[in-house]
Amino acid sequence: MDIMPGIMRWIHLLAGITWVGLLYYFNLVQMAALKDAAADGTAAGITKHVAPRALFWFRWSAVVTWVAGAGLLGAGFTDAFLLRNGYEGIGIGAWLGTIMLINVWVLIWPNQQKILGLVPADDAAKAGARRVAMLASRTNMMLSIPMLFFMANGLSHRAVLGL
Amino acid sequence: MKNPLESVAGTIISGLILTFVLVFFLKNFLVAGV
Repeated sequence: MDIMPGIMRWIHLLAGITWVGLLYYFNLVQMAALKDAAADGTAAGITKHVAPRALFWFRWSAVVTWVAGAGLLGAGFTDAFLLRNGYEGIGIGAWLGTIMLINVWVLIWPNQQKILGLVPADDAAKAGARRVAMLASRTNMMLSIPMLFFMANGLSHRAVLGL
Repeated sequence: MKNPLESVAGTIISGLILTFVLVFFLKNFLVAGV
């Protein structure tokens, strides 16, 4: 169907904006806000009411972004992940996005569950989880910079990459 | 040396450097090899 790539690209962008927008919210706003809020005893407002909702949209928009991206690649999926046949640029973007998705579900979400008290954890475990979640989130923010460059230029503006 | 991911500025600079490294890798090792 001719309309499917357009629909997939639309969903990919909608979900991707939700995902990366929340990633930037966590890194640019919430981390610093939580430090200040903990100092004046108001952190519970964020950890109870804001963070769980933000994390829900964050982790599921990550899944939708990846699935729609895979659909958009279609027959080029294998070429993209094997970095060949003109799909080298978008393939690097796809690999970075995949690493980011794995980070969300394997490192960020399980550790955030401990931090927010959604699963039982003692203070030492919470402190460790806070460090791992912070570094995983910062890693994703770092990876998002080249990921967006290669997503923006990988298929539709290949001349930028000499493809 | 301090981990650059400890700060927002370090994270952004690391991301920009990684972008240039990956573009270099693509142009010199992936595309050039075709």
